[in-house]
Amino acid sequence: MLAFIGRRILIAIPTIILISIFVFTLQHLLPGDPILVLAGEERDPEVLEFLREKYRLNDPIPIQYLAWVGSALQGDLGISLRTNQPVLELIGEKLPVTLQLAVMALVFALVIGVPAGVLSAYKKGTWIDWVANVVALSGLSVPNFWLGIMMILLVSVKLGWLPASGYQPFSEDPLQSIRTMLMPAFVLGTALAATLMRHTRSAMLSVLQSDYIRTARAKGLAERVVLVKHALRNALVPIVTVTTLIFGELLAGAVLTEQIFTIPGFGKLVVDAVFNRDYAVVQGIVLCTGVAFIFMNILADVAYRVLNPRMRDK
Amino acid sequence: MTAATEPAETATATLPRKQSRFLRKMRASPAALLGGAIVLFFVVVALLAPILPIVDPVATDWMAVRQAPSAAHPFGTDEIGRDVLSRMVWGARASLLAGVISVAIAVCLGVPLGVMAGYFGGWTDAVISRVTEALLAAPFLILAIALAAFLGPSLTNAMIAIGLSAMPIFIRLARGQTMMVMTEDYVESARAVGLKPFALVSRYVVPNIFPPILVQATLTIATAIIAEASLSFLGLGQQPPAPSWGSMLNVAKNFLEQAPWMALYPGAGIFLVVLGFNLFGDGLRDALDPRDH
Amino acid sequence: MVTPKLTAFALAFGLAATALHAQDLRIGLQEDPDVLDPDQSRTFVGRIVYASLCDKLVDITPDLEIIPQLATGWEWSDDGLQLTMTLREGAVFHDGTPFNAEAVAANIDRSQNLPESRRKSELSSITGVEVVDDMTIRFTLGAPDATLLAQFADRAGMMLSPTAFEAAGTDLGLNPVCSGPFSFGERIQQDRIVLNRFADYWNADAINVDSVTFLPIPDTTVRLANLRAGDLDMLERLAATDVASVNNDEDLQLEQAVSLGYQGITINVNNGAGADNPLGQDARIRQALSLAIDRNVINQVVFEGAFAPGNQPFPPTSPWYNDAYPVPERDVEAARALLAEAGFADGIDITIQVTNNPVQLQMMQVVQSMASEAGINLELQAKEFATLLADQSAGDYTASQIGWSGRVDPDGNIHQFMTTDGGINDSDYSNPEVDRLLNEARTSTDMAVRQASYNAARDILIQDLPIVYLYHPTWIWALSNSVEGFTPYPDGMIRLEGVTLSE
Repeated sequence: MLAFIGRRILIAIPTIILISIFVFTLQHLLPGDPILVLAGEERDPEVLEFLREKYRLNDPIPIQYLAWVGSALQGDLGISLRTNQPVLELIGEKLPVTLQLAVMALVFALVIGVPAGVLSAYKKGTWIDWVANVVALSGLSVPNFWLGIMMILLVSVKLGWLPASGYQPFSEDPLQSIRTMLMPAFVLGTALAATLMRHTRSAMLSVLQSDYIRTARAKGLAERVVLVKHALRNALVPIVTVTTLIFGELLAGAVLTEQIFTIPGFGKLVVDAVFNRDYAVVQGIVLCTGVAFIFMNILADVAYRVLNPRMRDK
Repeated sequence: MTAATEPAETATATLPRKQSRFLRKMRASPAALLGGAIVLFFVVVALLAPILPIVDPVATDWMAVRQAPSAAHPFGTDEIGRDVLSRMVWGARASLLAGVISVAIAVCLGVPLGVMAGYFGGWTDAVISRVTEALLAAPFLILAIALAAFLGPSLTNAMIAIGLSAMPIFIRLARGQTMMVMTEDYVESARAVGLKPFALVSRYVVPNIFPPILVQATLTIATAIIAEASLSFLGLGQQPPAPSWGSMLNVAKNFLEQAPWMALYPGAGIFLVVLGFNLFGDGLRDALDPRDH
Repeated sequence: MVTPKLTAFALAFGLAATALHAQDLRIGLQEDPDVLDPDQSRTFVGRIVYASLCDKLVDITPDLEIIPQLATGWEWSDDGLQLTMTLREGAVFHDGTPFNAEAVAANIDRSQNLPESRRKSELSSITGVEVVDDMTIRFTLGAPDATLLAQFADRAGMMLSPTAFEAAGTDLGLNPVCSGPFSFGERIQQDRIVLNRFADYWNADAINVDSVTFLPIPDTTVRLANLRAGDLDMLERLAATDVASVNNDEDLQLEQAVSLGYQGITINVNNGAGADNPLGQDARIRQALSLAIDRNVINQVVFEGAFAPGNQPFPPTSPWYNDAYPVPERDVEAARALLAEAGFADGIDITIQVTNNPVQLQMMQVVQSMASEAGINLELQAKEFATLLADQSAGDYTASQIGWSGRVDPDGNIHQFMTTDGGINDSDYSNPEVDRLLNEARTSTDMAVRQASYNAARDILIQDLPIVYLYHPTWIWALSNSVEGFTPYPDGMIRLEGVTLSE
């Protein structure tokens, strides 16, 4: 197992290097001069030239990249051109926000997706299966940003139940923090619930056809016990794997949901940074979320092996 | 020689049976039929846009700005007095086109790369796989946003950006499927008797990986339509005066209170067409699944 | 069954939340400000934060008269080359450093000599600073500069604690130390900027709230939703199309002021190959474009009449506006005649770049539709703001829809755009007579002389039209009824002196 993990991490290194090269090249190819954006209405040529030199924008791209790698290896991801804040500090600031949103969205997805999947597998071929499927797919098909705006209008403006947008740190006021994130987490969660529901359904279907379930039923155990204790437990392997992968994707931040609900997480930061040509921020965030994504992938593989005895020998 | 041709014959022999089973399963799935019907409806509407009895989607009317639905404008008018129904119909073209073309780009680039990786293995595989992983690790929408910003805001560029961002899924899928096919006995023997790679791939690999690719493509069209709407929503997709559902929503969000119909119809349009593709793709997957649940 | 439960749940949560609101004024901003260092910052929205954070040497009244702030009085020498200012006694910076003439000298030095400073051109006329005594400072100018006091009423006149900037250098923006009514509390990028009441403020009696929190919420609908839901006390830049709805809301009030800025179409007349086309070369086509546009319809359709149609760099309400050239009526026939005269009787195709922002796009689609009736076929090229700016600066454009946030002194709205080698002259317009007139207006302290110069320059510019002005936005603030004492200013700032919050 350790050898397996070690090999996976080793393979991940070139991938991470590739990500950083992609992002670096791509954003330096973006049209628009970050220094002009930075200078705004002030265009003293001397100042512009000084800033270009200061941020090494006159160097060839490969030299700039190597300089970035050099400082990144020493733990310095550069500073935001827009606010002068160190990128590493920014990442630290946004991480709890994105983490909280990801966890809450995942809770919604699990609470909706898993029971729906179990039910739909159990009632396979009936109208219940059909309805559960359509409802789950509806969640996947609604554009997040549209659902978000509609919910703000209904829940915050018309009913006044929840704050319309923003973020309250969990450490300062847990209750308000959860309230503020309820809507965006729900919007994100509904989309993910469909994915979880599909995987749960297909995992449950294969388990329900297996011999030991027939045996359990033959023994006269209550249906509920059979379903939850025996079937669901055995169907957990793919569910856990998928959940881990989904979590990895959530860590990258939910771009549009964060935009609509003005949540200061990774997604909003990185999009605003692309539009402002805030190079170091884009670079730092994508690198960080990429690493998180790869890490969750490795974790999913490990979980799969741990939970699935047959895979251990391979 | 016989060993090589035999499985192909079996394949052709079983085709009608497979086909009928496929159709039977599709027919038995109301969800898939519903999805297919929705998709068909929007495709027909989009194709017929030029001959439908609707007004010009870019004709403005200062005297009829943001008017509620009426007999003259069944879906109301937008922020500069254009007919929302007409823009919905023409916008369907943009959305469907964006979905289909971006997925076509992803398939045309991704599948050959994936097959190459799966077929040759070794260094080719290692390089392609690492690049794919790197692309997959960069979030889909962020990649699309960066690419769309790089190419400049337009519908065509949005399609290219989405296509490139969706490509890794197809590389990975084609690679996995190719590797599976390559381990089949009949393929191994065909290789042993010296069948040229191109012939081998076109005779054995392509027909075998076609069904899963088709399923994935259908489902990815759904994702791509949402992605186009998202890019347009951020101002990076279809540019005015031409309509697309996403750009209509981008404008409509400023008038939710004054003109809710401006947001309602494009939102519902995206929802329905994406749901259609998802339902249809799901049905397709079940019907094409060799494992019979 | 579900609904009552949910309501009870929401109520319980709601009560817990309101108990925490004390005397914190929450203001919704349209954008997240950039770096909070007045010498390095560049955004309009940043200036809104500074209005509470950093005092300036002088301030303005809503009628744009210069009034004392950190300088209590000032005097010009007869030749206009020396400005002597008397400073306020008892003012201190947030870190306790006393405010005095030495501090002013250090601030001017930083604005002029910090390599990263964006204030250099604003203070370029100052050639010497002399500390006369502890509370008196004298500026020596290279040439008379009528704009200097107006510059001191903005970022160039903001005073930072010398102790703080000597220690922090260019990182001052992470923890700015000024002498305004509020001191810096914390900032979470894209989320909030919190300022706390500064107890030792020289005018502390006028400040009635304990803290102010600025929350950047870019989406206008969501910003208004927050105000309606009680999560904000006020917001800036309400969408013009939401004015009616706020007016109808009993819990909200509205304040507005016509801005100092403008929106228009900048035309490339000489800036590289992009100017090599009929629009750039023939003023008659630019005049035709201007005549094809009904500025009142733009204002009615896009802004529901809340903005001010315009045709000059100053709004019609400004004392600097030239009444000889009122906002023109639309005249399609005259536009067609001008086109025919220029040799385009069959119409002409013109590409205009515009930012991919829904409101600007909507406005330009209205322009497009109007122009087409006069035979001018506009192709709109939507670009991201960063791209648009770079292309415009590089001369890689034919025409560009862009605006200017406006300055207190009229010079700031015209000189750098219309003079040869002007800093933001992206048209690359050059006319020696206009240069002479605008330089004259800049160096005279006599209002009548300045007015005459601007009028004479307008006689030329109204024909040449390197910029076709379209309208002047109105700053619109929406406030909850619990906020009282807010005064709208044409510079769009939010000044909190006298503002109270009742609960």
